Amino acid sequence: MDATVITRAAKTAPLVSAAQICQTYDKGASGSLIVLDKVDVELRPAEIVGLLGRSGSGKSTLLRAIAGLIAPSSGTVTFQGKPVTGPTSGVAVVFQSFALFPWLTVLENVELGLEAQGVVPAERRKRALAAIDLIGLDGFESAYPKELSGGMRQRVGLARALVVHPKVLLMDEPFSALDVLTAETLRTDLLDLWCEGRMPIEAILMVTHNIEEAVLMCDRILIFGSNPGRVIAEIKVDMPQPRNRLDPAFRMLVEDIYARMTARSGAPVREGLFPGTGISMSLPRVSTNLMAGMIEAIAADPYKGEADLPPLAAELHLEIDDLFPVAETLQLLRFADLEGGDIKLTAPGLRFADGDVDERKRLFSQHLATYVPLAAHIRRVLDERPSHRAPARRFRDELEDHMSEDYAATTLKAVTNWARYAEYFAYDEQADLFTLDDPD
Amino acid sequence: MVFPTNDRGAPSALAALTRNRILPNIYDLAAFSLLAAVAVLAFHGGAGMRSPLEGLATSPVALDPILLPEYALRTTLRMFAAIIASLIFTFVVATLAAKSRRAEMIIIPALDILQSVPVLGFLTFTVTFFMGLFPGSQLGAECAAIFAIFTSQAWNMAFSFYQSLRTVPRDLDEVSRGFGLSSWQRFWRLEAPFAAPGLVWNTMMSMSGGWFFVVASEAITVGDTTVQLPGLGSWLALAIKEQDFAAIAWAVLAMAIVIGLYDQLLFRPIVAWADKFRFEQTAGQQKPRSWVYGLIRRTHLLKYLSGPFAWLWNRLLLVRLSHTHRAAPAPRQDAQATTRAIDYAWLGLIIAIGAWGAWTAVSYVGQSLSLSDIWDPLGRGLVTLLRVIVLIAVASLIWVPLGVWIGLRPAVAERVQPIAQFLAAFPANVLFPFAVVAIVATGANPDIWLSPLMVLGTQWYILFNVIAGASAFPTDLREVASVYQLRSWTWWRRVMLPGIFPYYVTGALTASGGSWNASIVAEVVSWGDTKLEAYGLGSYIAKATEAGDFPRVVLGIAVMSLFVTLFNRTLWRPLYVFAERRLRLD
Repeated sequence: MDATVITRAAKTAPLVSAAQICQTYDKGASGSLIVLDKVDVELRPAEIVGLLGRSGSGKSTLLRAIAGLIAPSSGTVTFQGKPVTGPTSGVAVVFQSFALFPWLTVLENVELGLEAQGVVPAERRKRALAAIDLIGLDGFESAYPKELSGGMRQRVGLARALVVHPKVLLMDEPFSALDVLTAETLRTDLLDLWCEGRMPIEAILMVTHNIEEAVLMCDRILIFGSNPGRVIAEIKVDMPQPRNRLDPAFRMLVEDIYARMTARSGAPVREGLFPGTGISMSLPRVSTNLMAGMIEAIAADPYKGEADLPPLAAELHLEIDDLFPVAETLQLLRFADLEGGDIKLTAPGLRFADGDVDERKRLFSQHLATYVPLAAHIRRVLDERPSHRAPARRFRDELEDHMSEDYAATTLKAVTNWARYAEYFAYDEQADLFTLDDPD
Repeated sequence: MVFPTNDRGAPSALAALTRNRILPNIYDLAAFSLLAAVAVLAFHGGAGMRSPLEGLATSPVALDPILLPEYALRTTLRMFAAIIASLIFTFVVATLAAKSRRAEMIIIPALDILQSVPVLGFLTFTVTFFMGLFPGSQLGAECAAIFAIFTSQAWNMAFSFYQSLRTVPRDLDEVSRGFGLSSWQRFWRLEAPFAAPGLVWNTMMSMSGGWFFVVASEAITVGDTTVQLPGLGSWLALAIKEQDFAAIAWAVLAMAIVIGLYDQLLFRPIVAWADKFRFEQTAGQQKPRSWVYGLIRRTHLLKYLSGPFAWLWNRLLLVRLSHTHRAAPAPRQDAQATTRAIDYAWLGLIIAIGAWGAWTAVSYVGQSLSLSDIWDPLGRGLVTLLRVIVLIAVASLIWVPLGVWIGLRPAVAERVQPIAQFLAAFPANVLFPFAVVAIVATGANPDIWLSPLMVLGTQWYILFNVIAGASAFPTDLREVASVYQLRSWTWWRRVMLPGIFPYYVTGALTASGGSWNASIVAEVVSWGDTKLEAYGLGSYIAKATEAGDFPRVVLGIAVMSLFVTLFNRTLWRPLYVFAERRLRLD
């Protein structure tokens, strides 16, 4: 995509425009959970726009609202100037899970959209075969999805989307269920088709949590922040296609995005790390093994206690979706500090890295008691009761006053696992009971 | 992987796909003769159903082996009619329940109760009803018999379909909505295929149960009315009355052949075909096979001739019956108050109708029975409950170890599993006379020795489920057990029993439900003029039916439904939940 096209595109009217989109989920008495907060997105002809953010930032919800699959709580979506009230034929969606019908052959899967439009069988077949040909699926027409590899399945998903000749292609993390090599092949194939103008598509909107993928493919990247989901930055990528991942400009942009995603606008570093405050803080499920692994990796060569996030992510084979929760949990527990795309171990973090099992558990237990209010709260209740037991239901209810059922369950599970590791308190799954006694 | 740049394009691929091979082959010949045979038999049997009722009097059922194929055919057709009725019922009612929240509020609890109601108890009312509907024609009695089979099959099929509809994967739902499939297209492209494997399995289970009821419902005596429809059930009833051992042996043979054919010609092909609807993205390890399905797939001419039907079907799928599913689900907040009000009104209406129904039943029963009459069926219910518990326990003690032994040996399991499934389908009531003769000859106590008849047909569900569970037990866990030398009781308690438990619960649940039903025919049996009776709820209902004592039948059914429902809720359902939660091996 060269610069002239972009400037031309900027002048034309937007194909899709989403204005002031809010999505809230009712939580009953305690108010509502805001998933999207007044988000504006525009998609113009001849551009690929990426929605980049972590899971839970509402980017997939936004994509579904644009596709007309869900109605947003407020705000409007228009497609070619007309309001979107349900799925329209000018918009096609590619799914992360491929969403193929296992009982239909490749050809029948591709034909499905045409069948819905009432296209007669002969015409249907012709168009489907053309799309299959375009996307490189020749010879697989009569195969069933379960016979195909992941990469070939997503090709079917693409062909199925293209065959209905949509103006806009929406892609929901289309490559994240594929292995690294396959995903890369599919990305470049798609970019080739796009640059050569061989697809009947005017614009692409894709959701991703892979920073490099966004920089590789998109003309414009919207970075999403969580709690609630909103656009925190918009970045234009002015590099010509095909882009080179090793290009210094490419690397710099990736670094820059990492920094933006770890920075917390204005607020003191440890506030607002996770939604909610005090015992009602919503926590992610991060295993203690991952935490220990990351601390060890940062403490070891070549980082020696302070690491740049992109190379660390690459070394640990973690995408930002997996990396950030671990890093932020370490920050919550004061084992590390996170700033400007760097992560630095604190003094206790360094001691943790050097410690043996008992020392680590002791440290973890201390920090859990001090910095995770919910853990301390459960422990206090257990200490106060003569029986030293308390039903988990009680704390779950307490949490559900402040967050959704799913989040409450996740939070409680996270704390339970950390406390089990630290031997801070125990949990009996069958009785759904927190206790102080160790089973030995 | 790169995109092709050469121009080997659509036309050649199109030609390859649409080129028809017309010439018939040897498979066509075989498939055609099969089809023709089935068609001729169906017409012949169907014509018999509509003959007038007097025909039954002038040419009653006779114990002549030459007539046996004809009787077997008539019995089979009844089964077939019932399964079609069940399928239609399933499609309509389950779809309604899944689509309409208000319909769901009645249908689902109703299905749950109907599943526990003893089917054979219905006979009394349905015979009277259908005979009145088609006066003077055999069709009335036929309908009653078919309805009896239907009531033994429809509920679990509808349940399975409903559950599938409710669990349609979200991404496929979104694709269907995104492309704007009409409800009609959505049903045939998404919902029905997704539900197919579960439905096929449940239909098979229903069929297994159905043979039992077709035998029981062909020869019916309600008060003064006695109907004997030509069929294996009537043959059996007559053989019992005339104490003809050879005739009973013939019936056993005919039944075995019919079930075998049904399985080979109908269900194996369907199971093999339905395999492609299994919702998993990985290729299955072991595909079900069927020679009939293989044969049909290898035909040329048949495929060509079915072309027009395929074309018609494709056109039908383009029909738009209603608005598409396009609209996104709107935010509900605004209309919530009114919706809730309608919900309460609807609930109130249902409760009112239910109360009215209960009142009608109670007042009907109350006309001739007083409150003290309720103690008799309750006491008998406890006795039957005891029988069911003891029998299931005994059957478990026998079949769990055997099933595990078989299931862990794939070579044996492959051979035994079809036999166990066959035995589960075989109507045990055909075998009752042998037991009766034995009891009469030895002078044993019928209260004890009639009981095993209740599990005669249902114990096999335990066996084949346990075999399935043991076969599916992961090899690595077995290897762990042998590496650490877990033996005897530890091995059972820690390794095998938890591993097969979910399967065992499924089998035992089916077996116990079947046993309650069987008690109605198993607690009262006869051989010529000799009549043996065991004290229990089953014999209570059976006697009331024979005497045409409708109030007592109603009371008996109500008490039995109560027992079955309570038994399921307090024992099986918690076990089931426990198995699902703790002992699933994925």
